[in-house]
Amino acid sequence: MSLKKWNELVPGGIILEAGNSVKNFTGMFRKGEKPEFNETTCINCFFCWVFCPDNAIIVENEKIKGINYDYCKGCGICVNECPVKNEQKPLVMVKEINEL
Amino acid sequence: MRVMKVMDGNSAAAEAVKQVNPDVVVVHPITPATPIVEKIAAFVANGQMDTEIVDVESGYSAVSGCIGASAAGGRVFTASAAQGLVSMHEILYITASLRLPIVAGLVNRALAAPENIHTDHSDAMAERSCGWMQFFCENPQEAYDNLIQAYKVAEHMEVRTPAMVGMDAFLTSHSRENLYIEDAGEVDEFVGKFKPAFSLLDSENPVTVGSYASMDYYFEHKVNQLQGMEKARKVIKEVGREFGDRFGRYYGYFEAYKMDNANYAVVLMGSAAGTAKETVDQLRNQGEKVGLLKLRVFRPFPYQDLKETLSDLDAVAVLDRSFNPGTPGGPLCNEIKAALYEVPQKPLVFPYIYGLGGRDIKVNDFVEIFREIKEKSGKDEFIPGIKCIGLRE
Repeated sequence: MSLKKWNELVPGGIILEAGNSVKNFTGMFRKGEKPEFNETTCINCFFCWVFCPDNAIIVENEKIKGINYDYCKGCGICVNECPVKNEQKPLVMVKEINEL
Repeated sequence: MRVMKVMDGNSAAAEAVKQVNPDVVVVHPITPATPIVEKIAAFVANGQMDTEIVDVESGYSAVSGCIGASAAGGRVFTASAAQGLVSMHEILYITASLRLPIVAGLVNRALAAPENIHTDHSDAMAERSCGWMQFFCENPQEAYDNLIQAYKVAEHMEVRTPAMVGMDAFLTSHSRENLYIEDAGEVDEFVGKFKPAFSLLDSENPVTVGSYASMDYYFEHKVNQLQGMEKARKVIKEVGREFGDRFGRYYGYFEAYKMDNANYAVVLMGSAAGTAKETVDQLRNQGEKVGLLKLRVFRPFPYQDLKETLSDLDAVAVLDRSFNPGTPGGPLCNEIKAALYEVPQKPLVFPYIYGLGGRDIKVNDFVEIFREIKEKSGKDEFIPGIKCIGLRE
């Protein structure tokens, strides 16, 4: 896909394609750690889903299913907000090594 | 129908806005621009306008609110001066690059420090690169005429660039003159209905406004933005001609007063033109070949037309009413020099600074300027340095 010339742009830089932010994979922003989900102890309170800034918590049949790593930026808010006091928390941050 | 009235520049501006009838006015008060919106508020309260007025906590918030309202598809107005305008600084760039045709009434006032509420063009000059069009008025009639035309130019589909219309603090804003107020129906027909390019309230055609562009696209977006200002050159002239055809007062980039066969001229903007014209009349009666070029449009700077009008003169005195440390001439002077750069036998350009903080300039000052440029331009190898008029030294 070739880059557009200056006279081929929409004036004002207005984006006409609705919802095109899905094309921007913010998962690339992760630096060294990511949240991991384990449904065993999840109580489906949906706090992680409410607070995730990237809509990266996957929901199926009204239950938390996992993390969408295409968009998860690794901010850790979901882990921080998860109220479960169990030793085996449903959400934990783990180290992530990215191979170049 | 047209009536002749007596009013000051602020009232004339409010009358223009009344007839243009914007959707939203977002404003924060600042001397000496406050009366513009006080009068608009009275019109709204009396049911003479369909405008929503929003009072906000600063000039920055005012222009930010204007962006929101304009991006939602509304016609907008705000008014400011000096510190209010410069507090809008970062948002002014954004308004222009989002191509929102906002019009602002600007009452040209000095910048602090020291604090001063009087005429000075430093506020407009501080914003000459933000991408807004800039008009300068001599008197209340021009304040009224230029505000009406500014909407038509700014909202033109190929221009879509915001405009600030400047008038001198107190000298124009608070001084009464007689002027023509045109028929409201005629003005409405002349300006037309605002057709926004997009609207954030249009859920059928959702858009994203104000997103990020990386190293691979920013440059192209900025060059795209330039087109609005460049198209404005032609549109300003067209609208000035249409305005004249309809209302009898013709406008262009500048007023060339007694410039035919002149050898020496003064170039300036704003209300001092009145005093300069009086001086030109007196000197012409004495046989001096002098003239005045009163610039109306500073952005886009009409370098081509100025070059054509000024290149045959022997000498030009360029008077800047703004403070610009670190440069051998004010912005107006430096741009005039740039316009004349390619002229082989160009006139000698004399940089002057005058009128800062409302310091008065008189007929005698202009007589002295004309005398000085005539005398010094006769001397070989004379290079004019910057000079301050009316300074105690």
